[in-house]
Amino acid sequence: MSTPTIPRRSWAQRYHVKGIGWTVLLLFLLVGSAQMTGVNVGMFFSNLGQFTNLLVRMSNPAWDYTTVIIQPLLETIQMAVLGTTIGAAFAIPFAVLSASNLIHNRWLRGLTRLFLDLVRTLPDLLLAAIFVAIFGIGSTAGVITLAIFSFGMVSKLFYEVIETIDMGPLEALESVGATKITIIWYAVLPQILNQFISYFLYTLEINVRASTVLGYLGAGGIGVFLQRSLNEFNYNQTAVIILATLVVVLVIDGVSNHLRRVLL
Amino acid sequence: MEQAAPIISFKGVNKVYSNGTVGLKDISFDIPRGQFLVVVGLSGAGKSTLLRTINRMHEITSGEITVENESISDYKGKALRLLRRKIGMIFQGFNLINRSSVEKNVLSGRVSYYPTWKTILGLFSKADKEKAVHSLERVNLAEKLYTRADELSGGQQQRVAIARTLMQDPKIILADEPVASLDPLTTKTVMDTLKRLNQEDGITVIVNLHSVALAREYADRIVGLRAGQLVYDQPIANVTVEDLDQIYQAEGEKA
Repeated sequence: MSTPTIPRRSWAQRYHVKGIGWTVLLLFLLVGSAQMTGVNVGMFFSNLGQFTNLLVRMSNPAWDYTTVIIQPLLETIQMAVLGTTIGAAFAIPFAVLSASNLIHNRWLRGLTRLFLDLVRTLPDLLLAAIFVAIFGIGSTAGVITLAIFSFGMVSKLFYEVIETIDMGPLEALESVGATKITIIWYAVLPQILNQFISYFLYTLEINVRASTVLGYLGAGGIGVFLQRSLNEFNYNQTAVIILATLVVVLVIDGVSNHLRRVLL
Repeated sequence: MEQAAPIISFKGVNKVYSNGTVGLKDISFDIPRGQFLVVVGLSGAGKSTLLRTINRMHEITSGEITVENESISDYKGKALRLLRRKIGMIFQGFNLINRSSVEKNVLSGRVSYYPTWKTILGLFSKADKEKAVHSLERVNLAEKLYTRADELSGGQQQRVAIARTLMQDPKIILADEPVASLDPLTTKTVMDTLKRLNQEDGITVIVNLHSVALAREYADRIVGLRAGQLVYDQPIANVTVEDLDQIYQAEGEKA
């Protein structure tokens, strides 16, 4: 028996030149950008004491404050649900128009994607500021902000899902003589529904957190109370708000996990 | 020799892909109504392309194809959908909607008889729902009506696909390697079903096959393709094993 000849690796392969090169480059970029933007890592450590101080002051939550924040917390959830639903509903047709396996017209697809990119570029805080100016302080501004923010995010997630589907059923429906809309309804929708629901819930979770921040700008919900407690240095109340929001996020996460398991 | 009027006719058909690859080269032949035609040839010989030009899932570059004496090249929109409605298609990968029920899959074969909004709301007539059960009975799967398609075995899935095609009331069935991913036993069931529809309903059946043995067992007539060209065309009575071996010889192996 002869010993098998092992194919020789090139010099670059043997010493992992590529991998090492990329790592060095990334480290260089990291240090470089920290220096250029003036991030002082030392400051993080020297001021750590203040952070602990804050934590200590928050470590004694004012539990009786819970009754006060239940109403605004519910409002926050309602805002998030409404905003996510409206945004996701509008996202579906745009996701279809952006999917390269459904729309072969490059211009139409390009234009739709450009529009979605534009929507995603607008920061949610900017949107909130604009809509508070238009609709006044309150949850209307919040809902519209969240709807547009979810629309931008969900439509991208949705069209990426659509692009991974099995094209076989579409071919079958086309060969049957179905119209484009029927094809999408019968052959595309069942394939993507689960992931759509999953992404919808993920967006809802993000929106619950986002809407607490939006409250800062007067867009309604729990954020108003968060801002008030911080301004008044009532960190005991801040702690309650954060914990309550955590509970909501955990519940949504649990529901989303459960639904995914049931639906798949 | 007296022959039935052709239901499909190829006249000088060429297909060149946009990257310059020749798909079909000067194909001319007629398919009489009610024939069980088997197309054989190596992978990449153009069998799938040939099949898909008949229901315009693939466009041809030049030449003419007629179905029931009408040129199909200029069909658009509704006319194209009506052409496809009378031509059923069976695929190697079954192409069922996996997450949907068998019933919904079978009914989806009927959508071209309804306006779009009715298909979306699932408003199928009682007669068509009964027709779906009847179609499943014909492939011996009626008891699977409410099962999810992906819970069926490969052979069962292909029979559901045949039931879906039956919903179209097709005059022609195109089957593209219908048994390539099935075991010998289920292969027989599927091929027998196709043969039965051909004989009982008079549906013209065109099947692409890899297997020479199957081709000889089921075909009325065998045509052979090599590199996009029609290199063989004989009624089954004249087909010999040597002929078929010839078709399957790769370019390099030619004597």
